Amino acid sequence: MTFSFEIPLLILLILTAGGAILVKDLVPAVFILGSYSFFLALVWAWLGAPDVAFVEAVVGAGLATVFFLLTLFETAPKDTRLHRPPPPLAALIGLPLLGFLLLYAASDLPNFGDPASPASVHISPVYLENSMHDTLTPNVVTSVLMDYRAFDTLIETVVIFTAGIACVLLLRRNQA
Amino acid sequence: MIQAHDSVIVLMLGRLLIPLVQLFGLYVLFFGQYGPGGGFVGGVIFGASMILSILIFGPSASYSKVAKKVVHGDGLGLLIFAGVGGLCLIGGGEFLNYAALEIPGLEVASRRYVGIMLTQIGVAVDVAVTVISIVFSLSSNDEDSHA
Repeated sequence: MTFSFEIPLLILLILTAGGAILVKDLVPAVFILGSYSFFLALVWAWLGAPDVAFVEAVVGAGLATVFFLLTLFETAPKDTRLHRPPPPLAALIGLPLLGFLLLYAASDLPNFGDPASPASVHISPVYLENSMHDTLTPNVVTSVLMDYRAFDTLIETVVIFTAGIACVLLLRRNQA
Repeated sequence: MIQAHDSVIVLMLGRLLIPLVQLFGLYVLFFGQYGPGGGFVGGVIFGASMILSILIFGPSASYSKVAKKVVHGDGLGLLIFAGVGGLCLIGGGEFLNYAALEIPGLEVASRRYVGIMLTQIGVAVDVAVTVISIVFSLSSNDEDSHA
């Protein structure tokens, strides 16, 4: 049996996610969150989704870290009043129960890469077969995003535009 | 609040790296139809290179002049994207149906190819401008309170 690096990767994911929550100082927490995004990008690449891995590495590990750090420098980087009350009893009982239910439901999901799963028999073959003929675009992800589902992407662009405008309106209020 | 970094190593590496990052961003943008990547990632990488220049050389350095001007282009990318859709309407098709783009001498598939390319540029411009403007919004408060 060959060595599979997926288990260490997932353990690192959980460790960095827990570390980002548990660390007291906020600046190390931001960096741990960046490393979490990097490991997540590796997971996406391992699952065969290089487009998503790209975005996760650039946005999650790069830009989000810069944004968080700029925010921390504007406010207080070392919030010593940060205290965490012990979790309530309902969360201690309810969240493991919810996790158990989700794991139970996940056993019904089709296997990874299953060619007979509903997702890969419904509309995906149409895109895969016609993309090159219709749009001369070998990368099916791009042709789906930009042509077959262009409305979706247009509205996503509107969302990004709105986010930028909202940041300017909220944060540059004092500027003339 | 952001000032130029005073370390020679950081400045030199910034001068070396920023053009490379920009080149890579453009590569990812224009080769998104052949490999992984596309408008969103290309725009983010290009915006990240400009943010890097702001963080390293300071907002007032000549390196960052372009980034400061870029902020005024908010909404330009969205205009390109929706404008391509509008051109499709003018050409007699549905909104964002690139086959109706009025480009002489091109077949339907090539028109779709051009449409994908143009909308990707629109997305990239929108994302890059948004990212840079968020950084400027986050970092400009301090100057105002002192001024």
